[in-house]
Amino acid sequence: MRFSPGSNALENLRSKFHPVFSVESGESELPELGPAFPFDPGSQKDSGNRCLQSCGSTGSPRTEKCGGTRTLFLSGSKWVKGSALYTPAMAQAEGAKAGLDLPDGLTGEDLLDIYGTMVLVRTLDERVWAMNRQGKAAIVASSQGHEGAQLASVWALKQHTSDYFLFTYYRDLAVLVAQGLTPTETILGFLAKDGEPMSGARQFPQHGAMPERRVINQSNVIGTQVPHAVGWALASKMRGEPTVVATFFGDGTTSQGEVHEAMNFAAVHKLPVLFLVENNKYAISVPIAKQMAVGDIAQRAAGYGMPGMTVDGTDIPESYRAVTDAAKRAANGEGPSLVEFDVERYLPHTSDDDDSVYRDPAEIEAAKKRDPLKKLAELLSGAGLLDDDRQQALLAQAKAEVDAATDAAEAAPFPDDGDVYKHVFAEGN
Amino acid sequence: MGMMTVIEAVRVAMVEEMRRDPRVFVMGEDVGKRGGVFLATQGFVDEFGEQRVIDTPLAEAAIAGIAAGAAMKGMRPIAEIQFADFIFPTMNQLIGEVARVRYGTKGKVTVPMVVRSPYGGHVRGGLYHSQSVEAYFAHTPGLKVVTPATPYDAKGLLKAAIRDDDPVIVLEHKRTYRSVRGEVPDEDYIVPIGSAEVKREGTDATIVTYGLTVHYSLQAAEMLAEEGASIEVVDLRTVSPIDRETVLASVVKTSRALVVHEDNITGGIGAEVSAIIAEHAFDSLDAPVMRCAGPDIPAMPFAPTLEAAYMPTADKIADAMRMLLAY
Repeated sequence: MRFSPGSNALENLRSKFHPVFSVESGESELPELGPAFPFDPGSQKDSGNRCLQSCGSTGSPRTEKCGGTRTLFLSGSKWVKGSALYTPAMAQAEGAKAGLDLPDGLTGEDLLDIYGTMVLVRTLDERVWAMNRQGKAAIVASSQGHEGAQLASVWALKQHTSDYFLFTYYRDLAVLVAQGLTPTETILGFLAKDGEPMSGARQFPQHGAMPERRVINQSNVIGTQVPHAVGWALASKMRGEPTVVATFFGDGTTSQGEVHEAMNFAAVHKLPVLFLVENNKYAISVPIAKQMAVGDIAQRAAGYGMPGMTVDGTDIPESYRAVTDAAKRAANGEGPSLVEFDVERYLPHTSDDDDSVYRDPAEIEAAKKRDPLKKLAELLSGAGLLDDDRQQALLAQAKAEVDAATDAAEAAPFPDDGDVYKHVFAEGN
Repeated sequence: MGMMTVIEAVRVAMVEEMRRDPRVFVMGEDVGKRGGVFLATQGFVDEFGEQRVIDTPLAEAAIAGIAAGAAMKGMRPIAEIQFADFIFPTMNQLIGEVARVRYGTKGKVTVPMVVRSPYGGHVRGGLYHSQSVEAYFAHTPGLKVVTPATPYDAKGLLKAAIRDDDPVIVLEHKRTYRSVRGEVPDEDYIVPIGSAEVKREGTDATIVTYGLTVHYSLQAAEMLAEEGASIEVVDLRTVSPIDRETVLASVVKTSRALVVHEDNITGGIGAEVSAIIAEHAFDSLDAPVMRCAGPDIPAMPFAPTLEAAYMPTADKIADAMRMLLAY
């Protein structure tokens, strides 16, 4: 747990009350929140010594140093300097990063990490969609088209805050994977199998919480997480902790009254919250023009007295830069910000939706020209950081991982039906 | 031990808990300098500061949702909803989210928050300052709902609610705030959530009730005593979860049960209590379970004649009991 000593009257909380999260008594205690990284934030520029991910470790992920090597992301596996996949061409390319106009803190290596994660997330997303069509996965809400904004946000928060916490929504698979949700855990969720870590398969896939991985994704009711994020930030501020909270939601959610109420409260109290809007221009079937009369959702921020910005959510550096600015403001006590990402939704709202009824296929085809995965590949290739071999190797690795995850999840049992009465209250578990 | 009113007991409970536990804070409309419209938080901002006594915008959904987020983080918020009639914007949060977070995260995240709200009528509050809302919340697994009727219970139940690891809705009958006085010990104590209390012992019939109608039922029992009937009065104190053992023990003893509440009759707490008695004490009954409750009209009206026509008063309760005893 982190407190600024002497920063407020609640400092004796530290000695008296340990759990940062309220957990059921009798259950294994969650690890205390340490720094967001297993390294000193002041030294984050050190090359080769930072872990941007939880290493796939289930132990105490944030306290491992990854053996002094850096972790590239394919969750559970490490791409390490010296491995077969770390080619001389890559090493050379790292030096060529000057050719990229990158925001402060973001390196070519980071972009490769993001790319590897995005390949994995896209592969996973395509797999679970296919499993829905096979009759195996009951429901899927795809993240395809949104992954760039999500990953840029997580990277910016990891690199520019000393502690952060996330409240997400149903289209945020990339956020969850970046926070440590493994492919096997993901597919366990889509198949509602035992061992699913977020809700024990009580909830729709990806829902529930991984507080040990700094993320809560509780509800299917849109917008309810926004006041929760504000409350978490309020509590952090009261406790003198440096946590920056970010909550993700779609354009449709901005129409909810609770979102307005929460943003207003956050601005009044200058709370460290980022409102990250993934605007794909559709609330299921209702286009943006029928949702709001303003051109940009970010315009609304002015009405609350906080900054708002609209960025191309398929552009990683641009998205990263915007979230970095917002995170720094929040960490400095300057209050909340709204970042609106212009993103695309390539698939129907969910696997139960039929977007051919309300969407012109030509519009989707046009949207695919700005696919964040392709755009990032082009950016990296142009800078000499990614060649075809490496691209194919990453894809093959992702497929192998997702194949193995599919097999493991399909073999897993469903939860025991005796579980149904548990965790209603603290008592009686 | 001292005499105090219900509102004083509420205030003392919060002060003691805020001194005891730095995680406890209050938020709501006018809770700061104003001290709350019923003065439940009078003087709090001077002792605890604005950081722990938060005046909010007039936005009940945010009050509930933000308190929930703070509770998830490990704080112990007390959210005041100024009148229970204004609680409906919070229901998306309280029923949809707060009640389900522990279940939906398999216990990884919990919401140890308290919602306090003055409820009930017979105060000339009209349609929007008189309402009873307990049944909506009592129907929802994952929430606990308490309805203290006396200063002793108000203090003990509120302390128990603040210390509870789950969300608790504390509904305080606003007519009891200043009209009911009673002994309250100086020492620390709680009244366990889920425990009813026999407020008056009797042998001929049982009244099961809670809130303001506890007092009206006690008056009715006194009237009936003069007519030779011995009436037991059970105060549920907690309407979810209901203390079945205390209710059933009383009914098995007396063989007759009248359930009394101010909330309208259909789908109310009385229906649940009646079902519990019918399912578990049928063989002990000498008469059908009866209910004396508010009528099925949208809310309590303003005009004194109309309000009186709504309210289950001591006279109406006594009349219902005479019918039950004559069965």
